[in-house]
Amino acid sequence: MSIAIKAENISKAYQLGEFTTGTLSRDIERWWANIRGKEDPYLKIGEANDRTVKGNSDIVWSLNDISFEIKQGDAVGIIGRNGAGKSTLLKVLSRVTSPTKGSIKVKGRIASLLEVGTGFHPELTGRENIFLNGAILGMRKHEIQRKFDEIVDFAGVERYLDTPVKRYSSGMYVRLAFAVAAHLECEILIVDEVLAVGDAEFQRKCLGKMGDVSKGEGRTVLFVSHNMGAVSQLCKDVIVLQNGGKIYQGNTNDGIVLYNKMGINENVIYEYDVKFKKKHFIKKAILKQFGHITNAVENGTSIEFELDIECASDLTVSFEFILKDKDYKEIIFSPLGLAFSKDHSILKGASRIQLSFAIPYLATGRYYVDLIMAQAGVQTYDHAYNALYFDILNNYNDKTGWVFTQAMGQGAILVEGDSQIL
Amino acid sequence: MNDSYNISEWDLEIKPHDSLLNLHLNDVWNYRDLLGLLVRRDFVSFYKQTIFGPIWFFIQPIFTTLIFTIIFNKLANISTGDVPAPLFYLSGTIAWNYFADCLNKTSTVFRDNANIFGKVYFPRLIMPLSIVVSNLVKFGVQFLLFFLLMFYYNVIEGIRVMPNIFILLFPVIIILMALLGLGVGLIITALTTKYRDLTFLVTFGVQLLMYATPVIYPLAAAPKKYQLIISCNPLSGLIETFRYGFTNKGEFFSSAFIFSVVTSIVLFLFGLVVFNRVEKDFVDTV
Repeated sequence: MSIAIKAENISKAYQLGEFTTGTLSRDIERWWANIRGKEDPYLKIGEANDRTVKGNSDIVWSLNDISFEIKQGDAVGIIGRNGAGKSTLLKVLSRVTSPTKGSIKVKGRIASLLEVGTGFHPELTGRENIFLNGAILGMRKHEIQRKFDEIVDFAGVERYLDTPVKRYSSGMYVRLAFAVAAHLECEILIVDEVLAVGDAEFQRKCLGKMGDVSKGEGRTVLFVSHNMGAVSQLCKDVIVLQNGGKIYQGNTNDGIVLYNKMGINENVIYEYDVKFKKKHFIKKAILKQFGHITNAVENGTSIEFELDIECASDLTVSFEFILKDKDYKEIIFSPLGLAFSKDHSILKGASRIQLSFAIPYLATGRYYVDLIMAQAGVQTYDHAYNALYFDILNNYNDKTGWVFTQAMGQGAILVEGDSQIL
Repeated sequence: MNDSYNISEWDLEIKPHDSLLNLHLNDVWNYRDLLGLLVRRDFVSFYKQTIFGPIWFFIQPIFTTLIFTIIFNKLANISTGDVPAPLFYLSGTIAWNYFADCLNKTSTVFRDNANIFGKVYFPRLIMPLSIVVSNLVKFGVQFLLFFLLMFYYNVIEGIRVMPNIFILLFPVIIILMALLGLGVGLIITALTTKYRDLTFLVTFGVQLLMYATPVIYPLAAAPKKYQLIISCNPLSGLIETFRYGFTNKGEFFSSAFIFSVVTSIVLFLFGLVVFNRVEKDFVDTV
C-alpha cells in the first residue's frame, strides 16, 4: 500500500509573550527575512516544550522535529497528554498554520474537522448551512447535492431543514454539523475529539461512521483524542507525542500503555514513610484504570488500587477509601468493611491487595485519595492521607455539550435527574 | 515498495514558506462554489428579520444624496457643474460607497474571520473576494436607482443627460475600483494581524479620503493648484470618468485616469503578495 502522508522533520515554534523582538530594527530584520521566505534569524532551535521548566528564551517549540509516514487506508490515533503538541500537529496538517521547519507531503484530498459546525451561520436554514459548511470544508456544490439526502438522514433533522439553525437545539446543531463533515469526499480525514459531543447514542453512531470511513471506504483517518476507548476501537496504530516530540509510533495497545505511563510522576505512587512508626501499614499504593497505572482517570467508570501492606501480626482487616475534591474536601466515602462486610484475614508480613471502586460522574479537575486500613468498626491501623491523586480530563454532559468542572464551585458529582410540569 | 518518491506523486506539500509569487490561484478557483455561497450568505443574513428587507439597499444612498444636496449644494453653494445636483451626488455616493465598503470590510478580514480561519483551511483569498462580489451586487442594485433618476431628468424634467462613448469604460472602472479597494484592504489586513491600531486609522481615514475625492464636487471646479493633489488620489480619475461617461458633462482627465489604472493594478498585486505571505500563519499572531 502506498503512503498517504509523509511528514519530514516538522517543527513549529511559538513565541511567548509579546510578538515583537523588542526593537524596531530587529523587527524589520525579521520581517525582511520573512518577506524573502527565509527563516527567522531570532529563533533558537532545540528547546523542548516542557512547561514545568522555565525556558531561557521566549520561544517554545510545540512540535520538535517530528517525522512519520502514514499508509493509505490506515486509521491512526494521535495521543498525548495536554500540551504534547497534538493540536498543533493537527493545525499544521490541516494547513490552518504552517510549520516553522520541515515539510509534509500529502497524497489525496485532506479534510479536517478541528471543530464541528465551523462557519455555520445562525440566521441561515439547515439546508443553506449544509451547503455553506460543506463548501468551507472543501466540497463542490454538486458533491454536496449528491450527498444531501444522506447527510439529512444521518443527522435526522429533516423536519427542520428550512428552519434557521439558531432555533435548533444544541444536539440537533451538532448532529447536523457532524453529518456534513462525515460525508466529505476526501481521501484523508483528520478528526479532533469531535466525538465528545452529542448524546451517547449519537457518539456511537459517529464512531461507527468513522470506522466505516476508514475500514469500509479505505480512507485514511487521523484521530486525536483523550478517549482511549475510542482510540483503541478505531485505530490500528497510534502516534504518541510528548512535549512536542514523537516518542512512539506503532501498535495501539502498546501506545496506550505508554500513554498511561506518561502520566506518572513521583506522587502517583504512594510510599509509606518510616517515621510514622506504625505496626501495620500500607507500604505502597498505586492507582490503575483498565489495568494500567495512570493518574488521568476516565470518567464515570471504575478505578482500582493496588496496595502492598505490611502487618506485624496476623490480622483481620478491611479497607476504606475517601475521595476528596481539589480543595481537599471529602466528597465520597467507601468503607468496604463497614458497608459491604469485606473483611480479610491477613497473615503476618507482606501482602498485596487489590481494591476497586465505581466512581460516579465527576467534574473535571483534580481529586485526592485517602486510603485506610482498619479493623471494621474497631480500630484504624493506617490512614494514608492524600496518598494518591488523579485528574479527570474528559467530561461532557450527554445532551448539551456543557462541561462540568470543579472550578465552577457547583460541586463535583453529577447525578441524573428529571423534571416535569405537574 | 520504492523508497524514493517523485515530487509529482504528491498532491500537496505543506512547507514553511513558498516562493513570493506562488499565489495558489488554482486553489482559489477550486473553491469558487464557496465564493458564491458566501455572497449568498451575506445577502440572506443581511435582510433576515428586518422589516424592509432588501429595500435597505436603497434607503442609504437616497438619504445620503438628500443630505448632500441640502448641505453642499443648497447651503454651501458648491457647484456640480452642468449635472443636476441629486444625480451628481447619487453617482458619487454609490461609487464611493462601493469602494469604501470593499476597503473597510477587507481591511478587517483576518480579524473578523479569525475563528473560521483558525479551524479550517480554504484559500484565505476567498473571503476578501466574496466581500468584493457582495459589494458589487449591492452596487448593481443601487445602480438601478441611478438609472431611475437619469430617466426622471431626461423624460420628466426634460434635461438632457446622455451617456457618451466613455460609458464603455464603465466595466473597467468597476473592476479597477474593486482592485484598488481590495489591494489596499489586503495590505492593511495583513498589517493589522500585528498592529491593531491601523484599524482605527482606516475607519476615519476612509471618511476623510472622501473629501479628497471628487464625490461632492467636480474635479474641474477645484482650484487649479489643488487639482494635481486630488488627481494623486487614484480614485479621482475613476469617479470622474464614471460620471463623465454617463452624463457627458465635465471632462475626461486622461492623465488622472491612466494614473488610476496603473496605481490600482500595482496596489492590488502588492496586496495579493503581502496577504499571501501573511495568511499562512497569521493564526499564531492574531
